[in-house]
Amino acid sequence: MIKIKIDGKTLEVKPKTSIIEVADKVGIDIPRFCYHKKLSVAANCRMCLVEIKNFAKPLPACATQVMEGMEISTKSKFTKDTQKSVMEFLLINHPLDCPICDQGGECDLQDTAVAYGASKTRYTEEKRVVFDKNIGPLISTDLTRCIQCTRCVRFLKEVGGMAELGLIGRGEHAEISAYVDKSVESELSGNIIDLCPVGALTSKPFRYSARSWELSRRSTISSHDSLGSNIEAHVKDDIVKRVIPKENESINECWISDRDRFSYEGLNHKDRITLPLKRVKNQWKEIDWEEAYELIEKNIKNIDIKKSDQIGIVCSPQSTLEEGFLLKKIAKELNTSHIDYRLLEKSFSKNNNWLGCKIDEIESHDAILVVGSNLKHDQPLLAHRFRRYANKKKNFSIITSYDDFHSTHCLEKIIVNPSAYINYLLMILKQVQLNTKYKINSQEIKNALKIVKPSNEAKKITQNLLSSKSRAIFLGHQILHLDDGDNIKLIAMHIAQAIEATFGLIPGYANSVGLNELNLNSDNISTDKILSQKKEAHIMMNFDPSYDYHSPKKINAALKNAKFNLAISPYISDSFKGFDVVLPMTPFTETSGTYINMEKRIQSFSAVTPPFGQSRPGWKILRVLANFLQLEGFLYDSSEEVKADAMIEFDKKNEDNLKVFKPSKIRSGLEILNLIKANDSDMIVRRAASLHKNKDQSCCLINPTTMLKEGLIDGQKIRISSSEAEVLINVKADENVCLDAVAIFGKKDETAFLGMDNKVKIKKA
Amino acid sequence: MLNNKSHNASKGSEVFPICLRTSNLENSSSLQTYLSIGGYQQIQRILKEKISPEKLIEEIKISGLRGRGGAGFPTGIKWSFIPNDSAGTKYIVCNSDEGEPGTFKDREIIKKNPHQLIEGMTIAAYIMGAQVGYNYIHGEIWEEYESFEKALAEAKKANFLGKSICGLGFDFELHAFHGYGAYICGEETALIESIEGKKGQPRFKPPFPATYGIYGRPTNVNNTETYATIPWIMQNGGESFANIGVENSGGTKIFSVSGHIERPGNYEIPMGMPFKTLLELSGGVWKGRKLKAVIPGGPSTPVLPAAEIMETTLDYDSLKNSGSSVGAGSLIVMDETTCMVSTLKRLSYFFYEESCGQCTPCREGTGWVYRVIKRIVDGKGKPEDIDLLLDVSKKISGRTICALGDAAAVPVLSFIKHFKDEFKYFIKNGKSMMDANS
Amino acid sequence: MLTETTRKKIDSELKKFPIDQKQSAIIAALQIIQTENGFLTDDLIALAADYLGMPKIAAMEVATFYNMFELKPAGKYKISVCTNISCALREADDIVCHLQKKLNINFNEVTKDSKFSLKESECMGACSGAPLMTINNHKMHEHLTPQKVDQILEELD
Repeated sequence: MIKIKIDGKTLEVKPKTSIIEVADKVGIDIPRFCYHKKLSVAANCRMCLVEIKNFAKPLPACATQVMEGMEISTKSKFTKDTQKSVMEFLLINHPLDCPICDQGGECDLQDTAVAYGASKTRYTEEKRVVFDKNIGPLISTDLTRCIQCTRCVRFLKEVGGMAELGLIGRGEHAEISAYVDKSVESELSGNIIDLCPVGALTSKPFRYSARSWELSRRSTISSHDSLGSNIEAHVKDDIVKRVIPKENESINECWISDRDRFSYEGLNHKDRITLPLKRVKNQWKEIDWEEAYELIEKNIKNIDIKKSDQIGIVCSPQSTLEEGFLLKKIAKELNTSHIDYRLLEKSFSKNNNWLGCKIDEIESHDAILVVGSNLKHDQPLLAHRFRRYANKKKNFSIITSYDDFHSTHCLEKIIVNPSAYINYLLMILKQVQLNTKYKINSQEIKNALKIVKPSNEAKKITQNLLSSKSRAIFLGHQILHLDDGDNIKLIAMHIAQAIEATFGLIPGYANSVGLNELNLNSDNISTDKILSQKKEAHIMMNFDPSYDYHSPKKINAALKNAKFNLAISPYISDSFKGFDVVLPMTPFTETSGTYINMEKRIQSFSAVTPPFGQSRPGWKILRVLANFLQLEGFLYDSSEEVKADAMIEFDKKNEDNLKVFKPSKIRSGLEILNLIKANDSDMIVRRAASLHKNKDQSCCLINPTTMLKEGLIDGQKIRISSSEAEVLINVKADENVCLDAVAIFGKKDETAFLGMDNKVKIKKA
Repeated sequence: MLNNKSHNASKGSEVFPICLRTSNLENSSSLQTYLSIGGYQQIQRILKEKISPEKLIEEIKISGLRGRGGAGFPTGIKWSFIPNDSAGTKYIVCNSDEGEPGTFKDREIIKKNPHQLIEGMTIAAYIMGAQVGYNYIHGEIWEEYESFEKALAEAKKANFLGKSICGLGFDFELHAFHGYGAYICGEETALIESIEGKKGQPRFKPPFPATYGIYGRPTNVNNTETYATIPWIMQNGGESFANIGVENSGGTKIFSVSGHIERPGNYEIPMGMPFKTLLELSGGVWKGRKLKAVIPGGPSTPVLPAAEIMETTLDYDSLKNSGSSVGAGSLIVMDETTCMVSTLKRLSYFFYEESCGQCTPCREGTGWVYRVIKRIVDGKGKPEDIDLLLDVSKKISGRTICALGDAAAVPVLSFIKHFKDEFKYFIKNGKSMMDANS
Repeated sequence: MLTETTRKKIDSELKKFPIDQKQSAIIAALQIIQTENGFLTDDLIALAADYLGMPKIAAMEVATFYNMFELKPAGKYKISVCTNISCALREADDIVCHLQKKLNINFNEVTKDSKFSLKESECMGACSGAPLMTINNHKMHEHLTPQKVDQILEELD
């Protein structure tokens, strides 16, 4: 520690910290525009210049490190005069029309100008005008207002993962630009709106829809992935007008992904339903809640529940803990064990389905191997931590099927078909065994290991894992979407055990972990099983059967075979044709509830707006439903009471059903690679208009080498058929796709109907 | 002790070519010519005798050599900053990005005596333990860039560069790098950014290039003239060099004389020569006119009126005492007909045009200053403009990452200081005092 | 695609830098491409960026920062005249006026027949030869007089 004096106060501070960090820590305000604690230091705005004893020139507090005995004056006349002069320079070319600027009222420049600016300008020359650029549907530019602080440039390069914006030209003519009016593509792009200290970059969807002072700020948790980003919804007239991050250093830091930020546009989509719907002659008819419940009661009561498992219950992994718990309780009362939330999974082992460490511990490892994740799309914000880790420690390896890791420094990058993952893991395990005394008892695994011959890549990965002090192996949740996902997981766990590595599986959805902990998935039961056995009735909650479940064909058949189908959903669409009644539930912003994120952190939240129309929070719908069905033990007055009961379930031990290694069959031919894009992940984001304005024409992606082999040309139309469906679609060459695969976009367009079956045939159209 | 041949050049009376010592020889730039005057013998001697870098640095310190690019930092001290023992690549960079208006000495060294520069850089590389060097050449002097590439090829072929130089076990690769039109790249950290393939935006210091330069590696940047002087110092000893100049200003220096002068050109003279003598050497003010003012070291050094410069000798201390500086030794001579207001307008435009745009005061202030002066020259000046110009310039100065902000303020402050009446006249009458006189 | 010759030239520049620092060759690459093409288009800049494995926007930053790069169609012969102080003192203005009158264009314009374009330049570092100009960046002409300018232009086909 060293001693310094700041504004007369003596402080003991860590060496190598900057003056501004020290000042921020002790609550001394130093004005700044370019400095941001999460970005590299540019020291270009010069607003934070401060006087330091024995230095003739003022020095930038952001870039100057404290030194023993340094005496800093942040309030002296010299400092104030300097800062005022910088302020004057910043304002000479900046428009002075705050009332018509969207940033007005929450503008750093405006606030600082009030404190440091002169009331009259001495600048009477011509002002600079900069033409605006179109950088996509999310961010609006007003570049005449730009003060060239380059926060946006640095963010996209350092956090966003790709240098998409730059400061082109020089001197007074320097301006922020993308390469030729190209849209910014980063999944984290919206953060530059928050970073921009002026009104140069503002939210396009939000633009001119409200003034900052008209908005109520309410905290909640994002429901779009398992990170559990803390967000703040800004509400006016009971409508969410925008969403911004709420800082939580150990989860989302001060960022959120674009889907977290702009999904609110889907909240009031035209598909939202305001009243219960009854299906009458292929038409939906609005009915009141009373009638809806009576109808449900009548149909359920008709079922002879003395026979078990007459009713199938499926909910989304985005269901809150409270919803999941009530569903489970209802299932029990209705004598059915057929309940699950796993919609995309084909492998159902229950253990270790979480990150395996704290989110902020990821980067503390010395070597990391990730298998089977399209991180950027699966976990857009978490991906940033891996990228930062990889680029800093340079000891990150990935085995996956789509190369989205161009801006990530990869020690080894293996891009292969998902069916080959197991082979690489076996190679690594074999190599590990050569170097450790790790024993495996399973004869099946021993047999499998005999056949593999470790490749150089596998050797290198192993070597790096072994030679590092602390290691981690993370699997993407896509692993569980594969037939041999449990095999992969088992082998990866053996490797982790052998080398004492952290083992984690990055869960897919907001409450995947919570529902897993709640044992909403019972041993030997899976959604597939539920749907393949004939049921009297189904209750399905909060997902779209066509897009969110891996086999649209299977689910529609199941619905057809049952006598009564109840959906509880915020939205209605063609996908719901097979249901008899749809109850309008609220999305996460209109309900209280609890999610458990990837690191098993329990986060409860309240509604940020009242329910839309007559829709109701899921937990209330289920409570009343239970009451109508005269089930016992549903006298809850608040979601907190439900949560308290739900937490008791956690004590019941999760059973390990990962037991046997089953050698996979050798595959040949083309495989489907399901790429679920960040903005297609759930019902809400799929309906957020701005996130889809740059929509590409639907297509499938094939590696050029595979195209050559199959005799295909770029842009050609082909017919793809799976066991589910057949679609006609354009081919696009993409060298990021592994060989022998057809990458399609699950959860989107007609390609969703192909389902997630692994095998596929193509025909030239 | 190195060869301590004494030099009895009578101080301040004649040119004394060191960097330009091949200038008058035939095929001055060829390897043959350089070898004929004892070229590449110093590097061989140093490598053969395995003279320690510390000893060589000591010799340079004795020589009193100071950086010839403008800042005038003592070279020996600078070179001792490079961590000699650190592992990994270290870089030596020669700054030939000569863009300071009125400066054209490096061009002549590269054109006429490239091998002395190469030898100087190689010795520097040996001293600092660098393996790779770049000579960053101003983009506008393309023919010199190309001729330097040829000189490099010659030197490589003769094994004065490359693996195990002259078979003596020292490796050094030297490359030519060209700029492409950015004055700011003459600033050493902007130059480093440029070599990294980026815009030439200066870096905040610290860290200094000595610890964090090209690709984050220790890097030493010096001016062309500085490196080119090294072989001579090695040959003749530091003391001989120091003896040529005056106290605090060792050796010779090339002064580039341009503007209203009979014989514009480079004059390599002992430091401490009276300006008067150099004026005579270069043929005096052109067209038989009277001297009005001189910018002694390029526009980032303050202008001096005739009366003051005529009493000054050309060395660091003397020019400092007169309120200016040696700078890069770029003497811009202005005769009695020169309109100082219009001249300042052109200089202000230069800084406005060349500001990299990174720091607020320089980006915004240089444009402001230029527009005000332009308005005055357009006949629309206001009495308060003079104070405004002074105030704005002072607020640019000392508040930016690099020295361009300071440099931009210098001509404004010094022109107005010495020629205020001309500015007042222009504002009052809407035309130049020079037009009134004619 | 960059032509074979262009790539060869860029490759020889790449030899100057460490293998993982290809971006260092961007100024040279853009210069090589511009010399062949007369000016740089967005597409050409992108090709250079791709060839060196750097972000397009970073190449764009470089192309717009260094002012010897031309981002708009230039004449077959781009004439850059220095008007900075040492040249200005030696009547560079007369040279500029002469050129503008002779070619009937202003700075940053191209003659109708696309043969010439005119640029104002900052100090070229050759002030002993003032006034001076370059043609297509690489050929310098010093000690200009209107007569000498005429002669130089005449020799250009």
